[in-house]
Amino acid sequence: MSTRVGIAGIGLHPFGRFEGTTVTEMGVVAVRAALADAGLPTEGRPPFQAAFCGTVYSGVAAGHKVLGSLGMTGTPIVDVEAGCASGGAALMLAAGAIRAGQYETVLVFGIEKMPKGIIRSSFFEPWREEAGLAATPSYFALRAQRLMRDSGVTKDDFAAVVVKNRGNGVDNPDAMFQKAVTAEAVLESRLVCDPLHLWMLCSPNEGAAAVVLRRGDHGIELASAVLRSHLPGSVLGEATPLSGLVDDDFPSPTTLAGDAAYEEAGLGPDDIDVVECQDTDAARELLAYQELDLCVPGEQAKFLDEPSVVVNPSGGLLSKGEPLGASALGQVVELVHQVRGDAGARQFDGARVGLAHTVGRGANAACVIVTR
Amino acid sequence: MTSRAVHDGLFDTRADGSIALIGGYSPSSRKYHFPLLTTCPYTGAADIERVELSTHGTLWGWTAVTAPPPGYLGAIPYGFGVVELPAEKLRVITRLTESDPTALRYGQPMRLVPDVLHTDDDGVDVVTWAFSSDTEPAARSTR
Repeated sequence: MSTRVGIAGIGLHPFGRFEGTTVTEMGVVAVRAALADAGLPTEGRPPFQAAFCGTVYSGVAAGHKVLGSLGMTGTPIVDVEAGCASGGAALMLAAGAIRAGQYETVLVFGIEKMPKGIIRSSFFEPWREEAGLAATPSYFALRAQRLMRDSGVTKDDFAAVVVKNRGNGVDNPDAMFQKAVTAEAVLESRLVCDPLHLWMLCSPNEGAAAVVLRRGDHGIELASAVLRSHLPGSVLGEATPLSGLVDDDFPSPTTLAGDAAYEEAGLGPDDIDVVECQDTDAARELLAYQELDLCVPGEQAKFLDEPSVVVNPSGGLLSKGEPLGASALGQVVELVHQVRGDAGARQFDGARVGLAHTVGRGANAACVIVTR
Repeated sequence: MTSRAVHDGLFDTRADGSIALIGGYSPSSRKYHFPLLTTCPYTGAADIERVELSTHGTLWGWTAVTAPPPGYLGAIPYGFGVVELPAEKLRVITRLTESDPTALRYGQPMRLVPDVLHTDDDGVDVVTWAFSSDTEPAARSTR
């Protein structure tokens, strides 16, 4: 039996747009909240032996600036970039270090202040941007279109995902959008890249989240934290290549991460009560259902009608927005609330096992399982 | 010179103005890739031969981009999609000359064409590749 890793505390700076607030200040809010939630001191020497900070756009030593503001430096501070899965990657590194006996208490946090509009990434060479081959929503749209063709889902199903998640977001005071929408309004929003309309896409934004991990039993257990990258081949995968193979017979990074997370936790899809998954676009959530084994391919619409688990009770990224470095840990914060039973109006009664999923550039996919 | 490629090494331009994408082929892995690398992205093999890819394929996916993404200097809307090259067993991300998604269908024949993105500050046309509906089977390459 490997060493147990507990989630001793969680903290969040709301996701949204916060003009005049720096990414460092948002990080401070989340870190202080998580330390307090863990019953650890929020002032003085760091009550942890190491810190991992997930971020993509915050620049050099961004995590150091946050902990520098708190006087909590001196320990190792490692900034982790793994695209949309950065927070999950940070969590994996922290949990591994605790299991290896290196540390007793580790702070994991994620921070981001994204530029507005379509995500611009140094991943793409300037010529690819110049040629129009670097628009993230256009890749999402191709994937959505193929999903429609391969599994029979429709634009109405995409709209239903948005209606569900935005409905859940109404009860989330930390979400960017807290207003319900109708399917008609979703389908009437501006067409960005057919078949995806504006409201089917999440908004890049700002925010921070933090988690304190401790060795041993601390209420909520971190049963697994797994990061996987892509296998070569898929032209529509998150690795965003310019070419791929016609052979589709290989697992996606999400499937690799999901399978490994189930195995590490000794659990299966049937054990999961609540899921927070990557709904960067509405079709992405439906794809995650099959990649995470929540339903078989082609039964997405049925699963939406009669879900066997609760998906994105927080409102998902469609409600919260996506601050890349913080979004994965934001999911974990929601799951911990759910399995603790203190999620308020969003509470799914009896939630015991939660699965968080993020996937993005790299490709990187992270799956995290928490249990009560 | 009145035109230039958006980036070197992506395609060859022939005397008649037609173009061909430059890919790589690894005899040991028997796999093609694009753009050309020094190693096979599927096996790591270094036995890469420079090859011109088929100029004809079939449509596998498509959309249209309706707002200019960051760094893009061309016209909107523009077509964007995936064309499958059966000879190479390769799917290629590409611009499409057709920007109306309703005018396209799965599996339809497509052919490679040069596509002027924009004219730069020196009056030089910046050219990339695109695929266009192949409505003239007689003109099909025999490659």
